[in-house]
Amino acid sequence: MTLWLMAGLLFTPLAWAVLTLLTDFTRGRLVTWGGILVQVLVSLGLWLVVSRDGGFYYALGGWQAPLGIELRVDGLAVTFVLLTAVVASACGFHAGVYIDPDKPWHRYFWPLFWFLWSGLNAVWLGGDLFNLYVGLELISLSAVGLVALGGKAGALRASLRYLLAALLGSLAYLLGVALIYGQFGTLSIAGIVFWLEEHPVPAGSSLALALMVAGLALKTALFPLHRWLPPAHGIAKSPVSALLSALVVKASFYIAARLWLELGEPLGNLAAAQLVGLLGSAAVVWGSWLACRQMELKQVVAYSSVAQIGYLFLLFPLTYSVSESVSLQAQQGITLQVISHALAKAAMFLAAGNLVLSTGSRRVDALTGVSRFLPFSLFSFALAGVSLMSLPPSGGFAAKWLLLQASLGSGQWWWVLVLLVGGLLSAVYVFRICRASFLESPETNQFYHPHRSLEIIPMILALLSLGLGLVSAEVLSVMALPFEEEGSP
Amino acid sequence: MTAPLLYALAGAMLCGIGLFGLLWLSHLLRKLLAFNIMGSGVFLVMVGLPQHQGGPDPVPQALVLTGIVVAIAATALAVVLIRRYYHLSGMTSLEGDPASREGGAE
Repeated sequence: MTLWLMAGLLFTPLAWAVLTLLTDFTRGRLVTWGGILVQVLVSLGLWLVVSRDGGFYYALGGWQAPLGIELRVDGLAVTFVLLTAVVASACGFHAGVYIDPDKPWHRYFWPLFWFLWSGLNAVWLGGDLFNLYVGLELISLSAVGLVALGGKAGALRASLRYLLAALLGSLAYLLGVALIYGQFGTLSIAGIVFWLEEHPVPAGSSLALALMVAGLALKTALFPLHRWLPPAHGIAKSPVSALLSALVVKASFYIAARLWLELGEPLGNLAAAQLVGLLGSAAVVWGSWLACRQMELKQVVAYSSVAQIGYLFLLFPLTYSVSESVSLQAQQGITLQVISHALAKAAMFLAAGNLVLSTGSRRVDALTGVSRFLPFSLFSFALAGVSLMSLPPSGGFAAKWLLLQASLGSGQWWWVLVLLVGGLLSAVYVFRICRASFLESPETNQFYHPHRSLEIIPMILALLSLGLGLVSAEVLSVMALPFEEEGSP
Repeated sequence: MTAPLLYALAGAMLCGIGLFGLLWLSHLLRKLLAFNIMGSGVFLVMVGLPQHQGGPDPVPQALVLTGIVVAIAATALAVVLIRRYYHLSGMTSLEGDPASREGGAE
């Protein structure tokens, strides 16, 4: 049973990437729908298996650790696998209708989409540092390709910027990996932890951790390394922006978070933890402020991503030398923030894409009067905004509530201010878009009406993000499941 | 100075040169070459630093092989994008384009 689930999870995206390479856009869409069905079923199956039996290590193809690829299937990983399945299939269905099938280069959307998906699954499940690197590169290269699909000079420029930033980030990460291997003689995260239990911390290994985290922070667009993100996410086609903001930046963060949780205590220090937290807070404030000032709709959403990513990095100070319960609260809060932001931001980008399609302009002030023509998309946008503003009962509220408790529980009250200011500023930029849409103007009555299914998909995502707060306990319960330690290297 | 340390330091130096080029040079092809130099530095650290009972360790060699494949793929993608960008805009660097202002206030 597990064999088939794992095979389905890792093999189908790669197989579908090759299959869709051979077809044109329309046929590729049909093939993709089949693949999405398989992926959703397999992800759901794996989630059910783990929530029933707990996590386990899985050696791919029966090859054991140093030689083969060992996958770590735990509650958090399957939760993200399932999240990927939900968001990516929504974006896949949306793209099938949204993207113009007549432009010949658009047929490469499907192969890139599937390579992206396989890279994401590899990162969620990867257990050793080098395979995580390969997964990250697969994600980055296909994401860059997806941004470049826009085809115009601006899109290529943004994708080149993105590519250079991503490559620099991966090299910094890989240099850290090289140092770690030189130091510990193993690449598996569990193996390093095991080694550290028996030996004193070697000098210079903090540098390796710092390099890896810095590289990953660049790939996650942490302030002040965020400047590649808004052009890339803003100019890409809306389903692509949704995939990038919702999932791609989370992959590099996920690796950084796992490194920190496993190796932060022995190799990190308090100053570094506080510094990362401070940069995250700066991202929240600066990103939200810039989001309020953007003239283009999708740039607003992209800068809002910079801000929301900032919250994630509060994980570093809130889990360093604090009590077990506070650390757990912080981890749960961050997990919920990742999930709710992924759902809300995907909904927001897809809805923004509909609004852009309808008004024929990317500018915020062109939205005048769109509330009468596209109320459904605008409503999805606002509902997703509710989650970003972290109002109850949304997933964003539950996430920030947990983070608030963790900040107070660890005596680091200053992060509470960041949570409050960030919430207020996000309300400002969401309301700004809504206000622009409700203004009436006599001369603008030319609206194109997008296909009905384009409007339903963001609504579903926004509702999921909103409802996440109600079922957060169930979602988080999978994370705390026992994990079989045998088979650990 | 031991041999592994020498390799590691040479690799670190190459990384430094590459990083300088990547950040300082504006021509896109030069940036790409700088990335490749930096990559070579990382690979040198990776192969040179770990020693297995006095001899070379086989695992990092296998890793570097994969790393080279990834670097080639990245380089190929970058070359395609740079060429296409040059065709469309006639420019070889990312600086000084009015289009860069479309990001807004920043």
